Amino acid sequence: MDVTVIAESTDDGLHPVTAQLVAAASALGASPTVLCPGGRGASEAAAIEGVGRVVSVIGDCFESFDGGAWAAALGAAAGQGVILAAATPKGREIAARLASRRSIPVIQDVTDLAPGIEITRPIYSGKAIETSSCAGDCVITLRPNAFEPAGDGGSAEVSTVNHSADVAVAIQEAFEKASERLDVAEADIIISGGRGLGNIDNFTHLEAIADQIGAAVGASRAVVDEWGLPHSMQVGQTGKTVVPQLYIAVGISGAIQHLAGMRSSKYIVAINKDPDAPIFSVADYGIVATWEDALPVLTTELAKLQ
Amino acid sequence: MARPERVPEMVDIAVLLKQVPDTNAKITVSGDRVDENAVNKWSMSPYDEFALEAALQITQATGGSLKVISCGPARVTKMLTDAAAVGADTLTHIMVDDLTSLDTTQVQTLLAAAVERSGAGIVFCGKQAADTNSGSTGPGVAEILGSGCVTLVSEVSIEGDACSALRPTSGGEERVLVDAPCVIAFDKTRTDLRRPNVRGIMMAKKKQIEVLTAADLGVGIEVGKVVVNAHAPPAEKPAGQKFEGAESVPEVVTMLRKEAKVL
Repeated sequence: MDVTVIAESTDDGLHPVTAQLVAAASALGASPTVLCPGGRGASEAAAIEGVGRVVSVIGDCFESFDGGAWAAALGAAAGQGVILAAATPKGREIAARLASRRSIPVIQDVTDLAPGIEITRPIYSGKAIETSSCAGDCVITLRPNAFEPAGDGGSAEVSTVNHSADVAVAIQEAFEKASERLDVAEADIIISGGRGLGNIDNFTHLEAIADQIGAAVGASRAVVDEWGLPHSMQVGQTGKTVVPQLYIAVGISGAIQHLAGMRSSKYIVAINKDPDAPIFSVADYGIVATWEDALPVLTTELAKLQ
Repeated sequence: MARPERVPEMVDIAVLLKQVPDTNAKITVSGDRVDENAVNKWSMSPYDEFALEAALQITQATGGSLKVISCGPARVTKMLTDAAAVGADTLTHIMVDDLTSLDTTQVQTLLAAAVERSGAGIVFCGKQAADTNSGSTGPGVAEILGSGCVTLVSEVSIEGDACSALRPTSGGEERVLVDAPCVIAFDKTRTDLRRPNVRGIMMAKKKQIEVLTAADLGVGIEVGKVVVNAHAPPAEKPAGQKFEGAESVPEVVTMLRKEAKVL
């Protein structure tokens, strides 16, 4: 089966999720062709184990992001068969466009793939799991961190093609992010707070711990809505779905819509004074204590690890 | 000399809405399918609410028409009436008894056909629906209509024949301009959602809903290419360990480091 992987790039290279896409393609029995939009990360992609070949797709349209233009240019370079991309904002948009261009289905945010193709994805934000199959060509996006990455040691050939397309989305003005804090969608460790913290000022305690261990700070919907925290911090069904290595929930009771956004985290620690809080049902390590008591001890213990 | 005041032209907007189980609703699987009859509350998908609110502000300011379009079974009527209660001008219901039997391309083709029929040059929708969380509809419909699309938008304004939209980037945010016809897919916006008043609710009850079939839209629906094999509840996590009191924190940190190896 022919599989094309759309590489996910960052500002200066290849996003690590690309190696996960390659591993998923290998699991389908393919030596995928990896398309690098704008040529970014092409040499890194060539070094991923299992890659058949790498194609740098070069064109003016890759100077800024327009999903329509990118899909047109990448679609011209992609062969028939299955196309894999990352279930990131850009990856999802390109995938939807590519599928629509070819009148083939797109299945987004997939967490497992098997030959056939058998597709597993969470629906209702993980409140149920759907398995489906697609016999023909399709476009599939994979949830970051749901697949083990392929190793390095590959030495695929890199070629370059020139494809561009009309850009419909023009950048007027760019704004830098106010804080340098990690995004919850990207972080390996997240420490999140909820109503149990009492008020917004107490988030400074979470920020201090986040700085200590290089974590991102998240929040429940209740405190985003009520205390006016940025929506970008919100973890849950109407916020971000996160899959970090470690998720520390502080003063979060665990509403069904919050659990939906974080239950797939590899390890979950919950700190809550209410022993019956639903968050404990998904916690690997539950600590029944007030945050006022627990966080100072946590800070001291984490300091010992540095 | 006084500068001539610019009169905004009437801007018509089509808003795509999806009805989903309320995000607080329990999802139960019986047999090997999610049991839709067990869902106690169906709601407008949360991001679609922000799209609707943004469209209401623009159409009401410019005197344009807000055309709501939804695809789904009979229960969708309730959501369409809710949209009318806050100010939607026309309601179109593409009747599909089982939305899960259609694949993405089919749903997008139906929606795009209804948008074309509405005559609106600007389409608003949510960035993703709260059931599948896919985010395919906005860009997919844009592709069929041959229009530009901006996703994850938190703010929008009309500039002549174009939309100016704020979207996130890896380093912050950027404001982009996209000419109509275009599709704007909304994230949560910074404005509060309006709630219907009594008059709105009364008027909405009398509002006509245009019900269309795929055939009415000239769309042939074949068997979907994706076959759903089963739904299952999420795998139960093995029960975790529970500790009493802050004095257990050192033990947990040690386990996170030595057993879980995540610190």
